Amino acid sequence: MARRVLLIEDEPNIIEAISFILSRDGFTVHTHQDGATAMAKVRAQRPDMIVLDVMLPGRSGYDILRDLRADAATADLPVLMLTARGQAKDRALAADLGADAFMTKPFSNAAICAEVRRLLAVRHDGAAATATVASGTGAVAAAPAIPPCNAGVVRDA
Amino acid sequence: MDRTGSRIRARRMDAGIAQRDLAQAAGISASYLNLIEHDRRRIGGKLLGRLAAELGLEAATLAAGADAALIAQMQTAAVGQPDTGADPGQAADLAARHPGWARLIAAQARQTAALEARTRLMADRLTHDPALSEALHGIIAAVTAIQSTAAILTGDRPVDADWQARFHRNIHDEAQRLAQTSAALTAYFDTPAEGPVPALSPTDEMEQVLSLTGFHRPALEGGFVGTPLLDPPVSPAARDLLAAFDATYLADALALPLDVIGPVARAEGCDPLRVATRLGRPLSQVMRRLAVLPDSDLGLLICDAAGAIRLKKPLPGVAWVRGGLCPLWPVFTALGQPGRPVTAQVQLPGAAGTRLWCDAVADSIPHPAGPHMPPLIAAVMLVRPDAAPGPVPPVPVGAGCRVCPRGDCPARREPAGVTLSKAFDS
Repeated sequence: MARRVLLIEDEPNIIEAISFILSRDGFTVHTHQDGATAMAKVRAQRPDMIVLDVMLPGRSGYDILRDLRADAATADLPVLMLTARGQAKDRALAADLGADAFMTKPFSNAAICAEVRRLLAVRHDGAAATATVASGTGAVAAAPAIPPCNAGVVRDA
Repeated sequence: MDRTGSRIRARRMDAGIAQRDLAQAAGISASYLNLIEHDRRRIGGKLLGRLAAELGLEAATLAAGADAALIAQMQTAAVGQPDTGADPGQAADLAARHPGWARLIAAQARQTAALEARTRLMADRLTHDPALSEALHGIIAAVTAIQSTAAILTGDRPVDADWQARFHRNIHDEAQRLAQTSAALTAYFDTPAEGPVPALSPTDEMEQVLSLTGFHRPALEGGFVGTPLLDPPVSPAARDLLAAFDATYLADALALPLDVIGPVARAEGCDPLRVATRLGRPLSQVMRRLAVLPDSDLGLLICDAAGAIRLKKPLPGVAWVRGGLCPLWPVFTALGQPGRPVTAQVQLPGAAGTRLWCDAVADSIPHPAGPHMPPLIAAVMLVRPDAAPGPVPPVPVGAGCRVCPRGDCPARREPAGVTLSKAFDS
């Protein structure tokens, strides 16, 4: 079964690009744009990991991360933080709050895919993780390389 | 001490005249001139006039030395550049010996101070304007989208026609967004470049002087037995304000010496409530003291009963306008309930979403004319940076309504002025 990634990000074209590259690598990507209702979305979707922007409307990514770690159901969920601010104190704050990884915008597609694969491999058992890695790094012919528009991407209504 | 003799000696040596020859020309013995030159004999009247004439100077210049303001400016320049090894104590001698060079040093110091003031203004604008922060965030988002999308289109893996069309449209949209932002930024930065540096109020002057040392006053530590204060020249009104600040500083430093408050502040993470409890001192005094410790990065705001700001020591990234400050800052809550401490986390507007911890308290001070007069209330707020998310949502504050982008703020008292975000709409 494809791993489910919840992308919480408010920039539509960044959502589209990340969703495409992750779904092309075999992940099922859910997206959400509002910080205030993000926790409800997490509880409803129960994703395998979260890609979380810091600067969101309604509620910051740091607040959401703190709530994720405070909730037993989501405390161990891998979280990759994305932010336009790459200062040391921002990284330190993300680490203090329990982020598993931190990436600064603009990022490379290869880097974000690699980070998602790494975090899921750390969390899940070997077989599933290995299969995920293979689909992302193997030959083009072996992967679901060209998703049709919106395939593998589930957006907010 | 009268340094007239020293100035005579310095000028004579500069002119390459032997002591014996000058003494002979002035009609006195070399040994007497030697005593004069070492300031062991007072000199004046006709003898001073004769010596001045031989040295090619006005008697008044020798007697009075250089202009006091000129010396003060040179001393300020020396204090501001400690690595040069320039001794502020030698400023008077240098000014008397080389008045032209002294005026040049003072003029360059004034020019440097003016340029620094302009730089601070521009830096403040870059740091504090939430609309600019939003714009930069938008630029980074657009660049991220373009880079990521372009990498998909130019990568080795094929992309079907529908996705290609979609991604081309996205890149086009983001490119337009960048073009609009760059045009707005150009207009934004063109405006202030040629503007004059605004005149400073006495309070601004005082804060500018205090900011040279981070509001720390080394000479007032340890009971004021150190070196005298070497403040740059300010207006008489600003001098009075500085004197009042120093009087409070001195009293606070005597009550809470560095070796007492320093270790406790470090142990308690500069939490003023904890420090005040441990040291048994008034909270307002502890907050004032924490803000002026050496290398303190804490902000301090003091206002009176009318909410007018009497003193502000901002911290990086925080803008406090003197008139029309946002009423949601906790210092104003404290103002309404004297004696009761207020602690709250606040959040600044803008994409960065900077959080700060604020502690505030207002003291009620009896009016000196008697109890029939209203008390004089002073509210003090200490601000600590880099706050992680707190247990309750932070209070959304801003610099002031004119520059605040929060459109739905219930405390708004006037519309926002023209900002960068409005420029985007045009």
